Amino acid sequence: MNGHESALGVAAAVRRGDRSAAEVLEEHLARIGEAEGEIHAFNTLTEDAARAAAAAVDATVAEGRDPGPLAGVPVAVKDNLCTRGIRTTASSRILEGWVPPYDATVVSRLAAAGAVMVGKTNLDEFAMGSSTENSAFGPTRNPVDVTRVPGGSSGGSAAAVAAGFAPLALGSDTGGSIRQPAAFCGVVGVKPTYGAVSRYGLIAFASSLDQIGPFAHTVADAAALYDVIAGHDALDSTSLSEAPPEASARLEAGVDGLRVGVVSELVSADGMAPEIAERARRAADALSAAGAKVDEVSVPAATYGLSAYYLIAPAEASSNLARYDGVRYGLRVPGEDVTEMYVRTRTEGFGAEVKRRIMLGTYALSAGYYDAYYGKAQQVRTLIIRDFERAYESFDVLIAPTTPGTAFKIGDIVDPLTMYLNDVCTIPSNLAGHPAMSVPYGTASDGLPIGVQVLAPALGESVMFQVAAALESTAGSL
Amino acid sequence: MAPRITTAEVAHVARLARLALTESELETFTGQLAAVLDHAADVEALDTTGVPPTAHPLPLVNVLRDDVVAPVLDREEVLAQAPATEDHRFRVPRIIGEAP
Amino acid sequence: MTDTVARTAGPGTTEWETVIGLEVHTELRTATKLFCGCPNSFGDEPNTNICAVCMGLPGTLPVLNRTAVDYAMRIGAALHCRIQPSIFHRKNYFYPDQPKDYQISQYDIPINTDGWLELPDGKRIGIERAHMEEDTGKTTHFGGGGRIAGADHSLVDYNRAGVPLVEIVSRPDLRSAEEARAYVDELRAILVASGASDGKMEEGSLRVDANVSVRPVGSPTFGTRCEIKNMNSLRSLGRAIDYEVARQISLLEGGGTVEQETRHWDENTGRTSTMRSKEEAEDYRYFPEPDLVPLDPPQEWIALVSDGLPAMPADRRAKVAAAAGLAPDSDAVVTVVRLDLDPLVDAAVAAGVDAGLAVRRLANEVAASIESVPALDVDAFVSLLGMEGRGELTTAQARTVLRTLLADGGDPVAIAKSLGFEALGADALGQAVDAAIAGNPAEWERYVGGEDKLTGFFIGKIKAATGGNADLKEASALLRSRREAG
Repeated sequence: MNGHESALGVAAAVRRGDRSAAEVLEEHLARIGEAEGEIHAFNTLTEDAARAAAAAVDATVAEGRDPGPLAGVPVAVKDNLCTRGIRTTASSRILEGWVPPYDATVVSRLAAAGAVMVGKTNLDEFAMGSSTENSAFGPTRNPVDVTRVPGGSSGGSAAAVAAGFAPLALGSDTGGSIRQPAAFCGVVGVKPTYGAVSRYGLIAFASSLDQIGPFAHTVADAAALYDVIAGHDALDSTSLSEAPPEASARLEAGVDGLRVGVVSELVSADGMAPEIAERARRAADALSAAGAKVDEVSVPAATYGLSAYYLIAPAEASSNLARYDGVRYGLRVPGEDVTEMYVRTRTEGFGAEVKRRIMLGTYALSAGYYDAYYGKAQQVRTLIIRDFERAYESFDVLIAPTTPGTAFKIGDIVDPLTMYLNDVCTIPSNLAGHPAMSVPYGTASDGLPIGVQVLAPALGESVMFQVAAALESTAGSL
Repeated sequence: MAPRITTAEVAHVARLARLALTESELETFTGQLAAVLDHAADVEALDTTGVPPTAHPLPLVNVLRDDVVAPVLDREEVLAQAPATEDHRFRVPRIIGEAP
Repeated sequence: MTDTVARTAGPGTTEWETVIGLEVHTELRTATKLFCGCPNSFGDEPNTNICAVCMGLPGTLPVLNRTAVDYAMRIGAALHCRIQPSIFHRKNYFYPDQPKDYQISQYDIPINTDGWLELPDGKRIGIERAHMEEDTGKTTHFGGGGRIAGADHSLVDYNRAGVPLVEIVSRPDLRSAEEARAYVDELRAILVASGASDGKMEEGSLRVDANVSVRPVGSPTFGTRCEIKNMNSLRSLGRAIDYEVARQISLLEGGGTVEQETRHWDENTGRTSTMRSKEEAEDYRYFPEPDLVPLDPPQEWIALVSDGLPAMPADRRAKVAAAAGLAPDSDAVVTVVRLDLDPLVDAAVAAGVDAGLAVRRLANEVAASIESVPALDVDAFVSLLGMEGRGELTTAQARTVLRTLLADGGDPVAIAKSLGFEALGADALGQAVDAAIAGNPAEWERYVGGEDKLTGFFIGKIKAATGGNADLKEASALLRSRREAG
């Protein structure tokens, strides 16, 4: 855990009254003050609101009432999650000046759990990207090596945790946007089962793929945050009605007797660095040594994930981002008539990557191409789900690399398709709606962190965290 | 092989999406979109006869709410966010053409 | 009603047939909007019924209103549709009245499909579908006389954005403007009867677009159609269709062709004009709405909706017509049902009173002062019909009592008494007739001899003898029967 405080440790101390939330907050604000200038994890720091929230936690403790499971734990929140009264930008110019009149459900749940939000973290504009370079506020730097990207799109959240700005952070993952930056920054990152965490208040990128999830230093911390944010929300029609699996339940249970499959297609994915493939296999070996039954498994349709994703996600995005038109909120660039106003506003308000995806998605949905592109991609999605389900008939969890490579240099990747290939191992879980998480598993020859993914079937979070915890405990001996 | 997507098509799509592109942007974007679509060609080639589409990874149906009035937003708070208002309404420049 | 055929006056002798399909949007009378809890209410201060969801603020999500689904199913059941599992799509287009710049609507898998509506004359009009969607906000144009063309700027009120709509799409089964109006009239009655809509065209809760084409009589294929928009009353619907049919015929007869396009009806000029050509038609890029899950109402719910529907106008007309011995599309029957007076016919039937008499009184006197109906006591009405039926009152007297009853209420027996109408039954009239004959033997002889103009003389005597209370038609009938009896 990189010498950083654990969230559970902080919460326990605050709950006991050993430490005040105010004191914990000030320590973290001081760390932010020292390094934020270099890292640029945040679009907006919310010190005043954080101090008020910490004081409220301390008052609750003083009154002998329950301050919540995350009492006094500083949390960084991705800036595509709406916060009442605090600007929410999605790192886009087009939302200039907009202040949400409401809190995202996860933000309310954080507050109810006693967590203290310290700020809104940088991201690739509208969560479209794998490097946090596509931000109207400039790039975030990887705390492990500031010449490198932290990954994306939740790069600010990953960097905030890695830099010790907050023990916990929230991100969103549409094609790998939590797991890939977690791997790049050497922290734990979780994409929950689709529908396990409410999307209400998450500025949509691709609605059928988006899911909010935790960043933390440890699997146990991530599980604690998952347990706080998961659960039914009547404001989200796609929120699962059943009680969410308890992520923290089986962290100590070990893996004896569990069946673990290594996904052949992902270990040998396009562009996969051999040492990362090898690391995933070593992770499987470590689980085997701990008593798991390990074997290779084929998920053939996973190969088509990237292609299907880059048709589905832009299609949904092209529609989700239509509302940014200069009429009701955010940026307006004047025009002679309303269409000219729309065009000027959107042309100046969106960055190149967002425009690229809007056009790709508009094309994929347009008359004459729907069946060939969007329709076909939706069928591929069915095939991917079927193949995963088949794999889960024989395995409890699956193992795969998180990324094909380690964190790259800022400015190094300019070709969009090359950038998209970063998501090759993370995308299939989004298409299937299944949970997956990245666990730091040592470093590469370049000294940069490597992440290994644990994948589980829908609502398989308990076993996923169980295996991740076991994996984490073997990472020290690498 | 015919290009995967032409500049004319990209220009059309940009119009649909209410985006303006310079000539050089049009060229660049056309090349980039063509590359992504080329990569997606493996999906096109896949035989998916009889495979139902998945619009949604969830088996949920009939998520409904009761017909009960909830609080509305404060009008002034909402209008304060708008680029231009007049007479408690959102002001837009002239509109060419009727709503579809 | 026979199909209307337009015959041309020119050298060509083509007879043209009009083909019309209608798309009717109706607002549902739910308490809240389709996807959020904002009040669904007409005429409030601008932008007071809005929330984060119906304003399409970033991060917000729709949740479907159960009652809106219930109402949509009521409409489906009332139109004899198949109610089926359905999904929502997004219809993407930019327009300032559309907060998300897409409309959530049902596209290829609507909740209701394949039904029919029966016009009063018995003709069935096919219903292709009746699907759910959300309404848009309201745009007001400033400068240029308030019309969109030439306006300087526009203001948007989102109170209506997200109000639940059902769009009812007919098959192209209508053959004249008159039939189209009858269809809308009937549909409105069905919507109101189902409880799903208030059917107020003037408040925009009922909006009609028409697809109009013409073809030579006997042609197996349809002509090219134009979609006509912006008709805001039944009258303008009829006018717009008539104009459009004439326009298309004249184009075709002049050797031209009809272009498929959307046309705008201008109430002031009485013309339609091009709004959008087929080439300019929007590419709506429909795709399944990922923020909503499929709708699959359980059979029990569908059964509950179907069983809970009140009788529809066509059934009610059939019932009244059968009871009264009239045709279902007779004016009196149509009027009684349209004005919801048929429960009074039922009451008459239950009391053993002549239903035909009830329908006549309802379609005339009662219909004429419809605003008084809520105060009309059913028992009093039935009792009055009984008095008339038994001959205790003449038609004229019964009408007079009914008017008093409608105006002031009360007991018909007492009213009749106070007006001096009592005891002039058939017997009393017969006695008056016999007295008139006996008192004027010479005139009677001439009348029997064939001098019909003396009818008036005898009627005058009878009228005088009865103080003006006699049923004069009945009196002349009695005179004739006495003469024939010799």
